[in-house]
Amino acid sequence: MQFDNICELLKREAGQEAITATDTTSTPPTITIPPALLLSAADCLYRHPDTYFDFLSCLTALDNGPSAGTMEVIYHLYSIPFDHSVALRVEVPRPAAPGELPAVPSVSHLWKSALWHEREAFDLVGIHFEGHPDLRRILLPSDWEGHPLRKDYDEQEYYHGIEVKY
Amino acid sequence: MANPIQYTYDKRHLNNSEPNKFTEGHLQDGEMLINIGPQHPSTHGVLRLEVITDGEIITEVVPHLGYLHRCFEKHAENMPYNQTIPFVDRMDYLAAMNSEHAFAMGVEQMLGIADKIPARVEYIRVLVSELNRLASHFVAIGTYGLDIGAFTPFLWLMRDREHILRLLEWTCGARMLYNYIWVGGLFYDLPVGFEERTREFCQYLLPKMAEMEKLVIENKIFVERTANVGVLSRDLAINYGVSGPMLRASGLRYDLRRVDKYSVYPELDFDIPVGEGAMGTLGDCWDRTWVRVRECHESIRIIRQCLDRLQGDLKRTRDFDPRALVPKKIRPKKQDLYVRAENPKGELGFYFRADGKSDIPLRCKARSPCFVNLSVLSEISRGSMVADLIAIVGSLDMVLGEVDR
Repeated sequence: MQFDNICELLKREAGQEAITATDTTSTPPTITIPPALLLSAADCLYRHPDTYFDFLSCLTALDNGPSAGTMEVIYHLYSIPFDHSVALRVEVPRPAAPGELPAVPSVSHLWKSALWHEREAFDLVGIHFEGHPDLRRILLPSDWEGHPLRKDYDEQEYYHGIEVKY
Repeated sequence: MANPIQYTYDKRHLNNSEPNKFTEGHLQDGEMLINIGPQHPSTHGVLRLEVITDGEIITEVVPHLGYLHRCFEKHAENMPYNQTIPFVDRMDYLAAMNSEHAFAMGVEQMLGIADKIPARVEYIRVLVSELNRLASHFVAIGTYGLDIGAFTPFLWLMRDREHILRLLEWTCGARMLYNYIWVGGLFYDLPVGFEERTREFCQYLLPKMAEMEKLVIENKIFVERTANVGVLSRDLAINYGVSGPMLRASGLRYDLRRVDKYSVYPELDFDIPVGEGAMGTLGDCWDRTWVRVRECHESIRIIRQCLDRLQGDLKRTRDFDPRALVPKKIRPKKQDLYVRAENPKGELGFYFRADGKSDIPLRCKARSPCFVNLSVLSEISRGSMVADLIAIVGSLDMVLGEVDR
């Protein structure tokens, strides 16, 4: 299935406003989806017999920095039987207060591989995945402060009496 | 007075291994919380398993990772692409060449020079990658024997792996962390005589492989310990994003070397072994080991074909420079790219976001196969015995350097 057909299908099944932008210069081509419609779009791509994206290869979260003021979550989907791939991009505003986390719905009920990937994104970039059954830190200690892959991250000075800066 | 050496159980002792997901209050009557790890021979690295058992039966497993976390992504987002390659080696330190190949391939695709790489360079890349795949599978099979109580296969396979490490050391001077495959080329051409030596090595290896198969795969104790243990169904494997030999052992003929047709793999002739459940259920621990053994044979086939080409029409010439295409300044256009390659453990993916202005990626994410393969552990080990848990963990063949990155 070609990228245009996937876009058409998504517009038909999840609504016209499900696609806010497309990007064909990247590999694989990327569809930008508003966070509110992510679940219905993902569900459609997962279940529809023409797309059948059964393999969530990768889930990436990234921070565009305070000047851009956005954070993104990128889903790389692959369909084993049809051998086609697509990337979904969800953009959320950066949190205003330091402790707050931007929220994105969890897709872990569709693809179980998202279970750990979302935990990792939560841990390193600091995105709250709504509906995730077990959102704990995965790579860093549970009492670590901050999310290291944010562009404005400052590491804490001491962790349990150990100097962090080297 | 009680004997001070005697262990007396105290509820507070659990707090010594925090953070735990479960506390004493979660346990039902008769259940027990056991920590396995952080260090265990079946995990190549540090991994702690929080296990809840009812007698000898496991009711829940929670893997705790991050003990080896070295911030690969943070490093990669702070330095130019070519300087990241030594860090890529350190993720899966048992198969560094394969990881380098994937990374270099991704950057070359972003620069648009992926199809200009000379054929000799590509063949050398595949040759060293497959040698490294052999070495990685040898560790997997050998230490798997160790996990379930057999010492001999470990020694034999380490002996054979040593030859591969020496060959690779000869090419680039390092035993495990090579920095050999560069963006746009190679660090150096193969040393003179390498092809002949490798051919001799293949000749040496085949009888050793047959010996090892007899010792491991057909061994009655081995079969009893691994067949019908840790069964991973195909649907569950796909849903969890499991890849590599683990997915193939569950019966799916899916290999990125064939699916994505990257590098020169389309020109090579090799099979993709899949699990058949010959000794038990499809997708059990025996199948996973068997797939790895079969893959070793396929790797030898690939190596021999590469050698044929490298000694034949792609023979080294005096004016051949493997570094001819290495760019002075790596500055890709503004784009996102997700590249993946078939590592010994499964699909290794790199996600890059280039902003088009600098030679440092805005985001570099490593999707490591071991991380994803490990996430299925609690699903497949529920209901099995504690001793089988070690067999299951060993059969995942993970390297914690890649799980934690």
